[in-house]
Amino acid sequence: MTGMGTNGAGSGPVSGRGASVTLSNLEKTYDRANAAKAVDGVSLDIRSGEFLTMLGPSGSGKTTTLMMIAGFETPTAGDIAIDGKSVVAMPPYRRNIGMVFQNYALFPHLTVEENVGFPLKQRGVPKAERAKLVAEALELVHLPGYGARYPRQLSGGQQQRVAVARAVVFRPRLLLMDEPLGALDKQLRENLQLEMRRLHADLGITFIYVTHDQEEALTMSDRIAVMNDGKVAQVGSPEDLYDRPDNRFVAGFIGESNFLPAVVRGMEDNIVIAECEGALIRALCPGRPASGEKVTLTTRPERLRFADGVWAGTPPQNRLSVTVTEAVFAGERCRYMLQAGDGTSIVLKEPSSATIRRRAVGERAEIAWSVADTILV
Amino acid sequence: MSEVVQPASLALAVSRPKTSPFDWRRAVPLLLAAPLLIYMLVFYALPVVAMLLRSVNDPTWTLSHYATLLDDVVFQKTFWITINTSVTVTLGCLILGYPVAMGLVRAKSMAPFILVVILLPFWTSVLVRSYAWMVLLGRHGLVNEALLALGMIDRPIRILNTPLATQIAMIHILLPYMILPIANALRQIDPSLIRAASGLGSTPFMTFRQVILPLSMSGVAAGTLLTFVLALGFYITPAMVGGPRDITLSMLIAQQVDQLNWAYAATLSAVLLATALAILAVARKLPGVGNAFRTSMR
Amino acid sequence: MMLGRILPASIVGLILFFLAFPIVVVAIVSFSSATYLTFPPPAFGLRWYEAYFSNPDWLKPTWVSLWVAAAVVVLATFLGTLAALGIARLPKGLRIVAASLILSPLIVPGIVVAIGIYYAYARYGLVGTPIAMVLAHTCLAVPFVVTSVTASLSGIDPRLEQAALSLGATPGATFFQVTLPLIQPGVLVGALFAFITSFDELIVALFISGTGAVTLPRRMWDDLRFQIDPTIAAVSTLTIVLTAALMGAAHLLRKRAERNRTAISSAAA
Ligand SMILES: Nc1ncnc2c1ncn2[C@@H]1O[C@H](COP(=O)(O)OP(=O)(O)OP(=O)(O)O)[C@@H](O)[C@H]1O
Ligand SMILES: [Mg+2]
Repeated sequence: MTGMGTNGAGSGPVSGRGASVTLSNLEKTYDRANAAKAVDGVSLDIRSGEFLTMLGPSGSGKTTTLMMIAGFETPTAGDIAIDGKSVVAMPPYRRNIGMVFQNYALFPHLTVEENVGFPLKQRGVPKAERAKLVAEALELVHLPGYGARYPRQLSGGQQQRVAVARAVVFRPRLLLMDEPLGALDKQLRENLQLEMRRLHADLGITFIYVTHDQEEALTMSDRIAVMNDGKVAQVGSPEDLYDRPDNRFVAGFIGESNFLPAVVRGMEDNIVIAECEGALIRALCPGRPASGEKVTLTTRPERLRFADGVWAGTPPQNRLSVTVTEAVFAGERCRYMLQAGDGTSIVLKEPSSATIRRRAVGERAEIAWSVADTILV
Repeated sequence: MSEVVQPASLALAVSRPKTSPFDWRRAVPLLLAAPLLIYMLVFYALPVVAMLLRSVNDPTWTLSHYATLLDDVVFQKTFWITINTSVTVTLGCLILGYPVAMGLVRAKSMAPFILVVILLPFWTSVLVRSYAWMVLLGRHGLVNEALLALGMIDRPIRILNTPLATQIAMIHILLPYMILPIANALRQIDPSLIRAASGLGSTPFMTFRQVILPLSMSGVAAGTLLTFVLALGFYITPAMVGGPRDITLSMLIAQQVDQLNWAYAATLSAVLLATALAILAVARKLPGVGNAFRTSMR
Repeated sequence: MMLGRILPASIVGLILFFLAFPIVVVAIVSFSSATYLTFPPPAFGLRWYEAYFSNPDWLKPTWVSLWVAAAVVVLATFLGTLAALGIARLPKGLRIVAASLILSPLIVPGIVVAIGIYYAYARYGLVGTPIAMVLAHTCLAVPFVVTSVTASLSGIDPRLEQAALSLGATPGATFFQVTLPLIQPGVLVGALFAFITSFDELIVALFISGTGAVTLPRRMWDDLRFQIDPTIAAVSTLTIVLTAALMGAAHLLRKRAERNRTAISSAAA
């Protein structure tokens, strides 16, 4: 890799093959007249070599954040540092960041080879070496022999691979991807998700990946930053986010959650005891809510069990009396809508099995679940 | 809420190191457009404005040139002829243009052929087309020969150098400006609407009256206004094939310039320009016309 | 039912005949062997083309027209393309003002433009020079360049330029390697329109070509005052063929650019 990768942001305190990225209090307001912030105080530490996904609903500021990292938007306030060096004043073409756009943004007037060779040409790589690197990059995305084609002669999935090859051929230390699989069908997406993972492992560079598909985020990422309304709602590993959501938004956005209104009655170590529908429920809680405070407890539908039969009497458990209001058989799972006391509805998912008795609508039952699966949000 | 947030974000914005107080990149678009803008001002806009000013500052600042138009018989007759010609030509274009637009949109394998037949005259210069009509309409021209041969007349009639010749030639020249916007509008009508109408038992004529015609009105309006405005300014065609006494506003203006009567020429120019701009201003207000207009101007 | 189809078809056919026939007649007359204008010609021959090609009174204006048009193409395409690039990025208010000025020659009646230009150019002694023709025709040709380039610019995905920048291309390299190739069909179409606009222009030429810069249309006009001999038919036929060929080329260019674009976006969608 002669003469490459050291252009611009590449220098500085370098650790590993991937760049570290620090966003501090990043803000962006597009329009002065209506002062709504597209990005509102985002702080993130992205580690060298990490696969970080930004996940959030439409309009939550993911693209805007990415555009600021790439240098296409100037932050209204805050700072972006790559490998510890602020880049806000650096134009995009000197940042040395690979980027894959949602519609791939392949140059229609250039062949695949010329597209992939484009960043090398900008860096003055001699022709012979360029051809070699382009061939390697096409190999990497499993498209050898497609060099002479024009983008319009490729399928959507192939175009996506070319875009990835073009974004990594110059060995950037950071790769940004904005919904790179958004335009593809489900099967292709799943294949390419695996390939992206593999690519990340092969290259060892830092990936920042934007999606609004939570399944994609959960399967691919080292860490996920959940965005909402221009702010980071929570950052953590997929397990963290799923098992220990910090707030109601994250609990609701990632996977399915039950929300139980409750009133705090006391604390035991890190466990809060709250009253819900006449029962005392224990939940994990980082803070110290005051007795009598109204709170919301959350738990995942697949972590709940009917408390009779095999599950009866295994401590420690939360228990609640419910009535079945709806029962749906969905192949591998049964899904029940339950009603507790005076109206809190609860979803319960149970693996379908010949040994488990199916509940009928109107049946009364007791459900139970582990305290470790209960979070106060 | 915003009162609380704003000072904080302002402070942050101010504290950020700025590279330079003036970002020259913001000026790039203006710098790119500036050469042409200056060029157009110097070689086109200012000359026209300077000429038009002669209507109010010759010999001193005055509106008297406009005032005299009120009882200027020559002007009034010319203005009337110009408007009359434009209206006739526009109506002629509408009557002939609508069926062709329908034909163009409906035709399948014939469509490219029809398009070429419409575009070929469109691309030919006004001078050449006017000349073609001189050839056809002359005393020994094809039209007279044909009428004689058919026995409909027994001696050549005068068509060239009459208002009729002007009208025929102008309709020929302006017809594509009517056809293209109408065809554009017709093309945008959802074909399922027409199928739905005939499925509901409409006769073809009722479908046309109740579905196609109303939905193509924006194209009709755009074509009509475009044709009319262009017709107002016609000079070459009436001068070549029109009658010697049926002069249009453009011809009168040219005559006055020949006589170095600049104040009068400028006054007439201002009237002609104002009429065209007024019509366009109205056109832009009509829903849908602005759009159809812009696409057809390309 | 049959009548319902044949009747409209024959009406459309008649109108199309009305559109095409005069031009066809000019072409036929130009091949006449007669010494005077008559139709149908008694016999066919190339004598009027010979008359045209052997007469310096026709050839000189032809060269003037070609040179003026060529210079207009260069000037209008250069200024117009730059301006289109700038206007697309101007703030809205300025954009409307700039576009109104640049596009106004499409709407302002030709005679008003012509005498305005005559009025001012005469003061500076420009009348009767080819330079004046180039300067004036450029103003008339520029709107076509600007609309054509603007249309092709608006068809460019802004992410292509961002992609180029993210791949390390400087703004200059991005312009020359990405933007310019992508708007090239639009620039070419604009250039063709500019050529034809100047080559066919008569009204301004009537006022400012004087005796020193007589263009082909001006020469035809002068000739028509005295006679309508078939030489003009030959000249007309040549210009029809030339403009039709250029316009056909423009049409194909536009179609091809469109096809490129739709193919890409439909594959990505
Ligand atoms: N160029 C722009 N000008 C003005 N407002 C903008 C612009 N781009 C984005 N916004 C606004 O900023 C907010 C955040 O937009 P952004 O595109 O970052 O969202 P996103 O999370 O990427 O959404 P999506 O999932 O739909 O792509 C939105 O409210 C959007 O309307
Ligand atoms: Mg987005």
